[in-house]
Amino acid sequence: MEEAMLKKKIEVKNASKIFGKSSKRAAQLLKEGKTKKEILKETGATVGVNNVAFDVLDGEIFVIMGLSGSGKSTLVRLLNRLIDPTSGQILLDGEDIVKMNKEQLRNVRRKKIGMVFQNFALFPHRTILENTEYGLEIQGVAKDERNNQAIESLRLVGLAGYESQYPGQLSGGMQQRVGLARALANNPDILLMDEAFSALDPLIRKDMQDELLQLHEDMGKTIIFITHDLDEALRIGDRIALMKDGEIVQIGTPEEILMNPSNDYVERFVEDVDLSKVLTANHIMKHADTVQIDRGPRVALRLMESLRISSIYVVDKGGRLMGALTAQDAVAAAEKNLKIEDVLITDVITTTGESVLTDLFDIVSTATIPVAVVDEKNRLKGIIIRGAMIGALAGDNQFINENGEISDSDQVETEVTAHE
Amino acid sequence: MNELLPRLPFADWIDTGVDWMVDVFGPLFDGISTGLEATVETFVDIMDFPPSILLAVIFALLAWWLSTKRIALFTLIGFLFIDYLGYWYPMLQMLALVLTSVAIAIIIGVPIGIWMSQQLMARRIITPILDLMQTMPAFVYLIPAIFFFNIGVVPGLVASIIFAMPPTIRLTMLGIEQVPKDLIEATEAFGSTTWQRLLKVQIPLAKPNIMAGVNQSIMLSLSMVVIASMVGAPGLGTKVYQAVTQLKTGVGVETGVAIVLVAIILDRITQHAGRSKQGGKES
Repeated sequence: MEEAMLKKKIEVKNASKIFGKSSKRAAQLLKEGKTKKEILKETGATVGVNNVAFDVLDGEIFVIMGLSGSGKSTLVRLLNRLIDPTSGQILLDGEDIVKMNKEQLRNVRRKKIGMVFQNFALFPHRTILENTEYGLEIQGVAKDERNNQAIESLRLVGLAGYESQYPGQLSGGMQQRVGLARALANNPDILLMDEAFSALDPLIRKDMQDELLQLHEDMGKTIIFITHDLDEALRIGDRIALMKDGEIVQIGTPEEILMNPSNDYVERFVEDVDLSKVLTANHIMKHADTVQIDRGPRVALRLMESLRISSIYVVDKGGRLMGALTAQDAVAAAEKNLKIEDVLITDVITTTGESVLTDLFDIVSTATIPVAVVDEKNRLKGIIIRGAMIGALAGDNQFINENGEISDSDQVETEVTAHE
Repeated sequence: MNELLPRLPFADWIDTGVDWMVDVFGPLFDGISTGLEATVETFVDIMDFPPSILLAVIFALLAWWLSTKRIALFTLIGFLFIDYLGYWYPMLQMLALVLTSVAIAIIIGVPIGIWMSQQLMARRIITPILDLMQTMPAFVYLIPAIFFFNIGVVPGLVASIIFAMPPTIRLTMLGIEQVPKDLIEATEAFGSTTWQRLLKVQIPLAKPNIMAGVNQSIMLSLSMVVIASMVGAPGLGTKVYQAVTQLKTGVGVETGVAIVLVAIILDRITQHAGRSKQGGKES
């Protein structure tokens, strides 16, 4: 990762939010370690967010996920103080927004943070253009300039030409694009997206996720994304914070959450995940045993015998995949004194490391030899074996490579075989 | 009970209070009185300037612009019928009274409604006052109004304003409150000031409600014209009042119908004005 990427954009330090009259007493009880339920029973106050701490790095997509009532929507509102925290610090570029006065806070909201809402929250009496330029309008930006910026922003989300329509005339997906355009028009560093795609139907939702990822890549904004949908979180999140009862249960990359759930709750949460849509070829591939093409069939044959395999991939000196060689062909070639090239099967099925398992089922099930995983330069990275694929889908960590890299133990084993 | 507790002389206190106010604020009340009277009279003079048929046509065109063709036609026929009955001038006097009282009710009521929507404390204090204004028999505030403003159109006008204002206040407050919470959040999230939030989002969205309140105020104000005529406010109400005291059923019904016609016209026009001005939605 680059140096700039590691800068902390937002730091949340021990932030809590308690709703209700006796919030002070509730805060005291919270310190004593009472649970949300006990506090509600004793004081009538509701703990919205309980002593939460996390950092959001510059330019990352940070997903806060949890079921309804887990406090995620409250938490995101603490970040721009739509809800004031009961205690704790929230640093934005090192500045504590909790300490800011109204004027300073307004400035932060105007310049630094944009927000997109679950039910779009477009102004029904304003046209799409007027909606988009709202943030600029209240800053007193001149009409021409804000029109231009709003039009540009609408173009970014693919809504050029709809400027003079009203929100009521647009479909849900388009309305949320307007919501996104409105947030982008101010050119903020940070985008808060509160269940932004939850009200959309699945197909449009997926499109919007793709477009958000594209926009993120192009514009490099820091995005805090709230969702209750684990698939969505895994799909777009660089890191995910999982919330329960106002607390963060686990923070990590999608893989860390899936592979090493920190407790039973997380485990239960992730057990229903469709792993085939999350795991990629990189996760399940095994080290590929190869033979270099100039070695000759006998060497290949011996290697296959010692490894007890019936076929082997053939590579050139640079590790680039040339084709596959079966034991049968190797025997035949050895008898006739042919080279490997002469019997090489060149039309082997390959895939890339990023392909998700759903896309691999078909080719893996029909392939006669393990499917080869290659990189963009056609270098052989590994192979996919059916057994490992099924094991990984069953959630067995033994078959899953962490961080998409073949683990050390495998490596050692292969080094041994290479020496033989 | 009467023996146990001495009866507190509330009535005396109030009388003393009113006397004191007349003494102290007399000149102020005179000023207000003159101003209001002049306003109503100007209204009447302006409306009486063109011939009745021309004014009926102008009203019809206004109705057309604000609402629909049908209502415009009804307006034209209604006014011509009133003219035909011979109640044109009293009708104008009544209309001037109603429009002035409603205009003042809006000028005072809308800001109060906005204020109440923003401040819980204001709402807590003003809500019971509104209840009082609406439930207190109208005759009761006619009495001090006479002391303050003498006999004539002004005490009637003031009574109408007091009686007609609450719906405008309440519905303005309601309309602003009913603006969805996520829209308010959106305005906050983009860094709006309170005024920007009110002027750019809340009030425009509350418009249909505010118009409904204005409509109610007009109706209530019309219902006050007969009562206002008892303290000397001229107009159709006076004709009704005379018909009642002289037991003339025919005249009573005629003037009553004329008031109803004006009421229907004003009601339909304001209802439509409230609806059609909402956004530019086709749907």
